[in-house]
Amino acid sequence: MRSVFGNELLKTYLRWRSYIAFIAIAVVVPLVLIAMKLNADTLVRGVTRGLSQDFLFVGNIVNGYFVTYVILNALWIHVPFLLTLGAGDQLAGEAAAGTFRVLLTRPASRSEILTMKYLTTLLYTFTVVAFLVLLSVGLGLLLFGSGVLLVPAKVLTIIPAGEAPWRMLLACLLATWGMWVVASVAFFFSSLVDNALGPILGTMAVIIIFYVISGIPVDLFRAVRPYLFTTYLNIWQKALESPIPWGEVLESGAILGAFSIGFYAITWYIFVRKDILS
Amino acid sequence: MGSDVVLQTRNLGKRFGRRWAVSGLDLAVRRGDVFGFLGPNGAGKSTTIRMILSLIRPTTGSVELFGKSLRGHRREILRRVGGLVEGADFYLYLSARRNLEIVAGLCGGIRAEEIDRVLDLVGLAGRAEDRVKTYSHGMKQRLGLAQALLGAPEFIVLDEPTTGLDPQGIKEVRELIGRLSCDRGMTIFLSSHLLHEIEQTASTMAIINRGKLVIQGKVSEILNQAEVGVRIETDRPDRTAEVVAGLPYARTVVREDRTVHVTLPQERLAEVNRLLIELGIGVRAFVPKRSLEDYFLAITEGASDVAPRAQQRRQEGN
Repeated sequence: MRSVFGNELLKTYLRWRSYIAFIAIAVVVPLVLIAMKLNADTLVRGVTRGLSQDFLFVGNIVNGYFVTYVILNALWIHVPFLLTLGAGDQLAGEAAAGTFRVLLTRPASRSEILTMKYLTTLLYTFTVVAFLVLLSVGLGLLLFGSGVLLVPAKVLTIIPAGEAPWRMLLACLLATWGMWVVASVAFFFSSLVDNALGPILGTMAVIIIFYVISGIPVDLFRAVRPYLFTTYLNIWQKALESPIPWGEVLESGAILGAFSIGFYAITWYIFVRKDILS
Repeated sequence: MGSDVVLQTRNLGKRFGRRWAVSGLDLAVRRGDVFGFLGPNGAGKSTTIRMILSLIRPTTGSVELFGKSLRGHRREILRRVGGLVEGADFYLYLSARRNLEIVAGLCGGIRAEEIDRVLDLVGLAGRAEDRVKTYSHGMKQRLGLAQALLGAPEFIVLDEPTTGLDPQGIKEVRELIGRLSCDRGMTIFLSSHLLHEIEQTASTMAIINRGKLVIQGKVSEILNQAEVGVRIETDRPDRTAEVVAGLPYARTVVREDRTVHVTLPQERLAEVNRLLIELGIGVRAFVPKRSLEDYFLAITEGASDVAPRAQQRRQEGN
């Protein structure tokens, strides 16, 4: 019969709630792309800003890869929000529905159930991020065609069209790695409460507060920046720098991984001891 | 003797903040028993059941099942136990069969035919593919029983299994419990806040109030061989009270206008009645009322500080 992991996959992917994130992405991405299509000229001017005085831009700058880069900036706030809907419900949802009373009176241990739920959450996070990237690249190439990828970040990076696909793949994987921390925070909040809203609000509050702290140029706040996971969420952008700063990727990656494991460990500590009163 | 005790709790207690929900609880359920766990709402029944099924960690004491500690042998023990705690909750967006498959996945080694068997047992085979969302309360409760029976457990714990059911549903659940006990020799732990329900289904029982054990034993002994409160109405109440008070085994004689209330051992009732008549007293009414029922009614009706007569008796008996 079905394994504990199979159970969790089934519960997550057979419920309507899990598809809110996919539906939202499927609605927003085409809308953004159409808006960009209609305003391509303004967009080019915006991207190249003052540079057009010194450089001559030829070719298709606003192409499928570029629009994907623009859309991936939804990773700061929008994607985390969509992820909390699913990740935040993993434990709190069972408590609210009263199904823990069935789930946790069975031979399978709490550790086992928690771990399988966590792995399911990670997989779900990956599918959401991958869906966002695939849809953006796919629709983007369809609407805008291919071309060199121009990334107007700290410095203007130019990536040849042939290299763009695997850079996008790498960005997708690194974005997933970063979003796993967000999902882990939501999972952690999920173990604390018996309602669906708490983990969503808790996670978003943490993320927004961390962004605010990061954004205020005060020495005290600068000093705590390295300890906030949000500081490292830009890891996916590193896949689009030339050359790729592998040292930074590894360092940020290690720190994000440590955050994910840390949140999982705290959740585990709480959950295996928790009295189920729901 | 040890091996035929299925469930044994020793000094079991649970504290929430400063309040003890359960304390010093020693329960013993033997193989083949239908054990009635009786208590008013908020007495600690549910907390006890949750400790037995590993949902709550005891503050004090231990739970032993099949002679092994739940703490050390959880997986092995729960493989042999089925439970239904406080009504049945399921994944409403999944079918009954899918829900049972999920439970089966948590137990390991349960086959598809087993799911058909329990669905059939509770009469839900025809609706197995429907989402639980479409089920009535009674059907959900039956599905709850089905999941408790999955994997042919030796011991099942049912927390108020008839709550919210209509009379027909209550009858069906009662019959099912009877069948499980008689035909399959299953040991059943059944909680209720209704004395008559326990009386009709259980063979042994315990009463819990305010987290403490009041009495525990065979239902027949507790309900029938106990002392009985008797209301006696005669044409000569003074003389009646005098006679009754003179009996060595009579307790708490109270004269109230034309009526005399007295507590007597069950087996002396006829004797006392005859004595009064032989003394020429005209007996208009001689109405025995089981003291446990009085006591239990009193605690369930929320009367505070009822003298726990049953408890006194238990201590005297020991």
